Amino acid sequence: MNSFLVKRLGQTILSVWGVITVVFIILQMSGDPTLLMVPEGATQADIDSLRLQLGFDRPMIVQYGDYLWRLARLDMGVSLVQNIPVVDILAPRIFYTLYLASAALLVAFGIGLPVGIYIGIFRNNPLSRALMAVVLIGQSMPTFWSGILLIMLFAVNWAILPSSGAEGATSIILPAITLGALSMATVARITRTSIIEELGKEYIRAAKARGLSFAAVIGRHVMRNASIPLITIAALELSNLLAGAVIVETVFAWPGLGLLAVQSIEARDFPVVQVLVLLGSVVYIGLNLIADILYSVVDPRIKLDGQQG
Amino acid sequence: MSPTDIPDQTQPVLRRLTRAAELRRMWPLYLIFTTFALAALLAPLAAPFDPMEQDLFARLKPPGTTLGGYIYWLGTDELGRDLLSRIIYGARVSMMVALLSVTVSMITGTAIGLAAGYFRGWVEVILMRLVDIILSIPAILLAIIAVAVLGPGLQNLVIVLGFTRWPRYARVAYGQTLGVANMPFVAASRFIGLASWRILVRHILPNIVAPLIVVATLEFGLMIIWEAGLSFLGLGVQPPTPSWGSILSTGRNYVASAWWISTLTGACLFLLVLSVNMIGDFLRDRFDPHSIKR
Repeated sequence: MNSFLVKRLGQTILSVWGVITVVFIILQMSGDPTLLMVPEGATQADIDSLRLQLGFDRPMIVQYGDYLWRLARLDMGVSLVQNIPVVDILAPRIFYTLYLASAALLVAFGIGLPVGIYIGIFRNNPLSRALMAVVLIGQSMPTFWSGILLIMLFAVNWAILPSSGAEGATSIILPAITLGALSMATVARITRTSIIEELGKEYIRAAKARGLSFAAVIGRHVMRNASIPLITIAALELSNLLAGAVIVETVFAWPGLGLLAVQSIEARDFPVVQVLVLLGSVVYIGLNLIADILYSVVDPRIKLDGQQG
Repeated sequence: MSPTDIPDQTQPVLRRLTRAAELRRMWPLYLIFTTFALAALLAPLAAPFDPMEQDLFARLKPPGTTLGGYIYWLGTDELGRDLLSRIIYGARVSMMVALLSVTVSMITGTAIGLAAGYFRGWVEVILMRLVDIILSIPAILLAIIAVAVLGPGLQNLVIVLGFTRWPRYARVAYGQTLGVANMPFVAASRFIGLASWRILVRHILPNIVAPLIVVATLEFGLMIIWEAGLSFLGLGVQPPTPSWGSILSTGRNYVASAWWISTLTGACLFLLVLSVNMIGDFLRDRFDPHSIKR
């Protein structure tokens, strides 16, 4: 357990370093990174002075060292367009992305869990097959299409929900459903899988033989064991939802980090893009680490090997 | 065991959908895929209009509008361009980007996986660490920063998609190569003095190609979505070249006045991806011995 943790932590540090380096290499691939940092219509003299100012004239290895050192001090640089620290641009947006991602996670589990339980218990009735098809379809619909369809129905046709922005309490509903739909399918499938797995085990027969009602068997025994993989799935799905937020925030003009990334690329505000990609990757790696740790901590069957039943 | 390794029991259901009298049941999928493939291949013949030709008198006309003796089967967009023609040419862009990026990533990933699995030692350590690192970056962010650096456009899109997706092929190729490289015929080839590259290309590659094709099929569907997604964000194919993503993006601005633009384009995207994915699942069941075990 401990050696697992140490190894996993080592991998995580290596991954973070790798991400930072990959971003640095991509930056160098453009030929002259100064050109990424200048506003449109800059003169050659502007470009030259900026190159000196940003230190892009130095040898690459020196630049790389400097880049690592700045990141180590959490110095995120300054926005080229707004001329204020990148951190100040990011900070007010973080709340919106976290809000959207957690609402989407709620949708994913709120719908995916009951659906998964139902199709896990009743495998061959018509409703179960219909739900299975819905799950498959939900998984194949790109969010930038499903989002637009939801806007058409709820914001244009019936005019009961706002189509974009983050004004008012109801504006979260459509983005959360759109973003949550993908994870909902995953949650439903994994719930179904673990329920089927648990239902096939001996202790279920024993519980039935003791005269427990069907509801008690499911509620007290099956769900308790089937929920183990779901806890780790929550951490993994949260990281997927944060990545998926880029597109959903654009569809709904939701003022989070994803929309900021797209806007910053359009505005050629490269320092902001760079920090967003680094931040997103580090969070993603961190959540994956948490998922792995949870998985080994939460599952008592790993520790109590051979003592179950 | 990581949570994603949990045996996926939805497979038997999918398999029942695709396998029982499999080919006969699968015909709608093949039909959908073939229709799109033909439309993409024969776009200049199949499209009734020039997809770029604007007609300001025919702006935002609903499907089935007849105007000046022409029928606009799927209506027109905000510049009076024929939506059907744009979707057909969009299919061409979409499939071309997907095909090229899958080719790039498959060749890169296979070469790296083969090398890591065959030479072992420090080559293996470095290459497979690199795979782990790239896989730990959310791919959409990697694509975003690469497009931001290289600039948008069709060619860069292929480069970006190709070079963000190769680790998946590398993992599969690596795992398969490890298994094949220990077989007697590989040792025999080495004893008779064959060069390493010759053993890799002529003897190992043919033995590991089936699972790679399965990955490629599933990736093909994903790349179609990614092309559309990045173009939707304005990071992919640039207007006026028709791409499903950019059509959807303009359609987003006309949800109130022209439902058909985004609804019909999205439906095509959905159908194509669904058919590719289900064909991919079917191939996986056929080729992958692990998913066939009950």
